[in-house]
Formats: sequence, C-alpha cells, structure tokens
Amino acid sequence: MATHPINAAKYVANDERMHWHDKALWFVREKRDTAAHGLPEWEQLREYASTIKTHTMNKLDFYLEEFEKNALAKGIKVHWAKDALEHNQIVHSILEAKNVKKLVKSKSMLTEECHLNPYLEDRGIEVIDTDLGERIVQLRNEPPSHIVLPAIHLKKMDVSDTFHEHLGTEKGNDDPTYLTRAARASLRKDFLTADAGLTGVNFAISETGGVVVCTNEGNADMGASVPKLHIASMGMEKIIPRLKDLSVFTRLLARSATGQAITSYTSHFHQPIEGGEMHIVIVDNKRAEFLANEKYQKALNCIRCGACMNTCPIYRRSGGHSYEHVIPGPIGSTIAAFKEPEKHNSLPFACTLCGSCTNVCPAKIDLDSQLYNHRQDLAQNGHLSKSKMGSMKIMTYVFNRPKLLDFAGFMARKVVPKLPKSMIYNKFNVWGKTRDLPEFPEHSFKELFAKMEKEKKQEKNNEQ
Amino acid sequence: MLQQYHITFIQLITIKGVHMKIGLFIPCFMNELYPEASMATYKLLENLNFDIEYPTNQTCCGQPMANSGCAKDIKSLAEHFVNTFKKYDYIVAPSGSCVTMVKEHYSEFFDDDDVHYNKVKTSIYEITEFLHDIIKPENLDFSNISFAHKVGVHNSCHGHRALHLGTPTELNIPYSNKLENILSLIPDIQLIPLNRSDECCGFGGTFCVTEDAISTAMGRDRIQDHIDSNVEVMTGADMSCLMHMQGLINRENKKLHVLHIAQILLGKEL
Repeated sequence: MATHPINAAKYVANDERMHWHDKALWFVREKRDTAAHGLPEWEQLREYASTIKTHTMNKLDFYLEEFEKNALAKGIKVHWAKDALEHNQIVHSILEAKNVKKLVKSKSMLTEECHLNPYLEDRGIEVIDTDLGERIVQLRNEPPSHIVLPAIHLKKMDVSDTFHEHLGTEKGNDDPTYLTRAARASLRKDFLTADAGLTGVNFAISETGGVVVCTNEGNADMGASVPKLHIASMGMEKIIPRLKDLSVFTRLLARSATGQAITSYTSHFHQPIEGGEMHIVIVDNKRAEFLANEKYQKALNCIRCGACMNTCPIYRRSGGHSYEHVIPGPIGSTIAAFKEPEKHNSLPFACTLCGSCTNVCPAKIDLDSQLYNHRQDLAQNGHLSKSKMGSMKIMTYVFNRPKLLDFAGFMARKVVPKLPKSMIYNKFNVWGKTRDLPEFPEHSFKELFAKMEKEKKQEKNNEQ
Repeated sequence: MLQQYHITFIQLITIKGVHMKIGLFIPCFMNELYPEASMATYKLLENLNFDIEYPTNQTCCGQPMANSGCAKDIKSLAEHFVNTFKKYDYIVAPSGSCVTMVKEHYSEFFDDDDVHYNKVKTSIYEITEFLHDIIKPENLDFSNISFAHKVGVHNSCHGHRALHLGTPTELNIPYSNKLENILSLIPDIQLIPLNRSDECCGFGGTFCVTEDAISTAMGRDRIQDHIDSNVEVMTGADMSCLMHMQGLINRENKKLHVLHIAQILLGKEL
C-alpha cells in the first residue's frame, strides 16, 4: 500500500495550512543554521559525535554491562527488555508492586514506540504526558507528529479548542500565555498527585551508571523528583562511554533541534531520591538487528534531535502524520522500512534523495544513502508493486538497446506534437496533471550532431 | 538554432601542451528533448579547442531505475557506460544527477580495483564543474557575452550536495559556488540571491509522479521563490529539475524564463 503519497496529497490540498507548516519548520531549520554556523568547530563536533557513537555501537555489549554494573552500585534497579511488550510488562509490574494509580510521564519516543500509554490505561493506570506538546496531542488522542515538537501540526486555535474541551479554558481564547498557564495549572496538580514518574533518556553514561534527560520545560525533573518512584526507559543505543563525551552531544543536541545553545534543563539522574526508588529499563526492540546490519547500523547514532525532519522538504509539506510511523521524516523512514518493510514500503520513496538530512544530522547518519538502499531492498524482497517493477523492466530493456531508444524518441518527436491536447493529457499522464510536457524538438541532439559532422566533412572535402 | 546566440570567443589561455580528449555524455532525455542545451554544452567545449567525441551508442546511465529500487537490473547499462567512455581523458555532461549516478552508484557493479571504472569515476565531470575545476575561472574569458538579466541559480541537489558544486547551507564550511563563480564571469549578469538558496525543487526522478502532489507543491514553491526575488531567468546544472519547473511555469503562465547554464554561458539571448 502506497500510503504516504495518499496522505501527502490530502495534506497538500490545504494549501494555506501546508505552507504554514512548511514555514514553521523552516524557521526552526534556520535557527539551527544560525546556531550551527556560530560554532567554528561545528563540523568537528559532528565528526566526534559520529565517531563516539560508532565506537560505542561496536562495543555495545561491553558498555551496557559496565553501565548496568555502575548503575546497580548507585542503588538503581536495571531491567532488560527484548521487545516492546516486555518493556510494557516490566513497567507495569514495577508500578503494580507500588500500587501506582497515576503516572506522570515526560517525553519519551521509546514509550510511544512501545505503545505504553494504552497498555497501562487498559490495566487501570492513569498516564499523564507532561511535556506541553505531548499533553496537547494526548488530550486530542493523536500521536505526536514530530519527535521534538509533538504538536507542531496544530495552530493555536486548535490548542484553544482542545483546552476548552478538556481543561475548561475560555472558548475562543487562543492567547499562548493564557493557554500555557492553564496547562501548567492542570499539570501541577498531576505532578503533586502522581504516584510515579517515568522519563525518557537522552544519554546513559556507561562510566557513571547515570542517565541524562534534556528538556525545556523541567517536566522531567518534576516527574522524577516529586513522586517517590522514578522509571527511566531507554533504547539500548542511548549509551555513551564517558561523562566527558556528553559535552559533545549536549552542544549538538539543542542547536540541532531548536537552535538553542543548550536545553533549559540538562538533568543528571544518578541515584534514587531519598526514600525513593529508581529503575532503568533498557530496551532492544530490534535495535540488535540494526546493529548487525552494516547498511543500516548508523541509524542507531540518532540522538533524536529532529533536525532531519525540519530540513526535509517532503516532511515540511506532508506533516508527520502522513508517515504513519511513530518517528516520521527521514530517520523515521529508514527505521520504519527496516523494521516493517512491507507495511512502510512507501516511506523510502517519500524522498527526492536531496541529501539535506544527511548534512544536518549531528551524528552524521547517512540518511539519504540508507533510503536509497531501502529502495533496492524493497525491490529485491518483492515489496514493491508489480506495475512499478514492470515499467522499470521495460525501461531497462529499451535503454539497453540504444537503436531502439533512438527510434522510440524519433517516433515520439514526430507523433506527440500532432496529437490533440485531450489525448496527451489523460488520466494516465500523471506528469501532465499539473505540468505541461516539454516542447518536443524536431530533431534529437544525436541527429543534429550527425548533420553537423556531415557538414564539417563536406567542408573539408571542398577545401581539398 | 545557434543564430540566437552571440558569437562567443571563450579562450583557453593556458593549455600547456596537453592534448586532451573529451567524451561528451548527453543524458538520454536531454538528447531527445533538449538538443539546444546539449549543443550548447558541445559548443562550449569546442570553443575551448578540445578534441571532443560524442559516442553515438551511449544510452541511459540507469538513474531512473536505480532510484526506483532496481539498481540490480542496470548492471549492463553501467558496464556499457564504462566501456563506451573509458578511453577518454575527461567525460563531460550537462547534468549533475547523471554524473552523480556514475560516480556514486556504479561501484556495486565493479571490483574495487577495476581500472576502467576507477578511471571513468575520476574523470567524469558536470560541465560547470569541468570549467571550474579543470579549466579554472582565471583561464576563461566570457567578456564578450552580454546577459543583462536577473538570474537565479537553482542548485540541484545531486550536483549541489553530491558533486559539491556549491556549499550546502546546512554545513559550516567556507562558502563557494561553482555555478555562481562561472556565471559571474559574464560582465553584465545580475545574480540574485534566493530566500532558500538550496531547497529541493521536488523533481526527484520517478518521485515527480509517485508523489506528484508534493512534487508539484515543491516545484511551485521553488518557482515562487524566484518570482518573489524578481528573478527573470532561472538556471541550473540539471535539466531534469528545470524540465519539471518549466512544465509548471508553462501550465500556470508564470513569468520566468528557464535556461540550462550551458545556454547562458554560450551567449543565449532571451
């Protein structure tokens, strides 16, 4: 099913909203450029990040074990989950043991990936997303459309309507300060009444056994400090070897994500709070398969900054939901196509191979090459439509026969200009839906060249 | 056709006694649809006194199939290309993306130490790149060309980011742009900066039909950027991108001329 083109066409149909979305994200991309260009050592930092990540991935077993050992020594409980279900079961069992009825959660793409919220809600636990953007989409019962800006697809009036319905704000009041205060008042209550807090993890430091969480709202700190129980869920690729490696990533992360020099809060969690408990759940969920695959391994370098989304001209004009995958955009497309190629076969093609994503990526993931490789893998494994494969076979056949190609071109140049417009611009001519065909010249270059050579020869003969 | 051009005397100031043989690679669709831009490429090289050959058995480089996932099927095209062009000192083409195809995506069909492919890979150039890197701007004289127009450079992605014809806005490295450097040798040309200097136009090969809605939106935005910047002529080093945008411009009767960079450099008059 080619789902992305269908979703994208719907998104583009609302021209005003599409352009608004494009401009909002381009604004973030430009902020990122200003921040990145402000550091003379920017490209060197990207190289460091890539090298550190690649090194870590190649010794992941060692660093994970060291991390576990150091975390345990600090009184943190460490759990291992091979997949999404196991992650959810572990989190649930920890909460159940403490009789938790209400969980406050800061942003975590991993728990989105594992569909933790519905799993816990089905078992009677209330889950409150505390990142403002995540809270908005949670109230609307929508998935995030961006990994850093979860509600970037919404305008302030959409938020106003949502808050009016769920938080009782004034109808029609879309003043951002008013709406933010309303969310804050509501979340404050949740923080104070929650029995446990769950955070994501931006970086897990093998050397210290602690985790680092970066937010702009301080919501992770509230969630991890007010309730006595803190669970941190992390994909196993979040490991970095040493504390001093962290500075490379913190300098890159916020600049790449939003153009800030650093996130408002960079919080280090290195032990349970007094009288409390801290758990870390380390999740595989097919990351080991990435690790084993040379072509796609670098996708694990991702630090989830979202810069590839902000720069992607297709993402900006089709919106995050058009990808129908927890992580959209270029990095989401390569992850989705790797994990479930059949389901997400249109995503590697939702791309012009422009390469901008690879250039903005702070960890130097070869995103456009990966998407090119996915196309080859999809074709090899029979995940592309028969009509597409058929037309490619015909083209290859013709191109392998230069004389036949010349003849086809000759016929087209003779016939097409004589055809009535209605015959050229039919429903099978997708190009012609919005574009005119090029004017067909009388002669091909090859024909003109032959003529020119002949004339030159004649001239030479005449001279002699 | 060439009557529309100024007679140009682009002179190669220093050859230093090297006799170089150039193989002209004209992408299949340009051969069929854009003989004028193709001829302009040929004439540019001819004016520089090169010994140019145009092998007439050349065909498609395979890019449309490879970008559609069928790279495995184009091995024969890659071998044919290398066999056709291996004897030349330089291979020059008026298309950044076709050159990228040969340079970046043929390696899977040849051994790492394949002498012929390695020669082809390192001697193939897009025409602007060839003028800039091999001939060098200081050896080029476009002083008798007049092109008194406001020109916007469309930096096509493959040429821009894969061949490094220009510095991409994403990277924090010193700025340079080969298209601008060569075009600015024309005394009265006005190069106009765009709001988004290297945004993709949305052509993308088969992308333009498989994702036609987004492709069209991207093309329109790219055109609008030129119009908003008061550009009269859009130019670039990739005819496929220009074909896509010309198609939109013609359909929507927009006031914007489109020319391949080789046409401007040969002294095309509007």
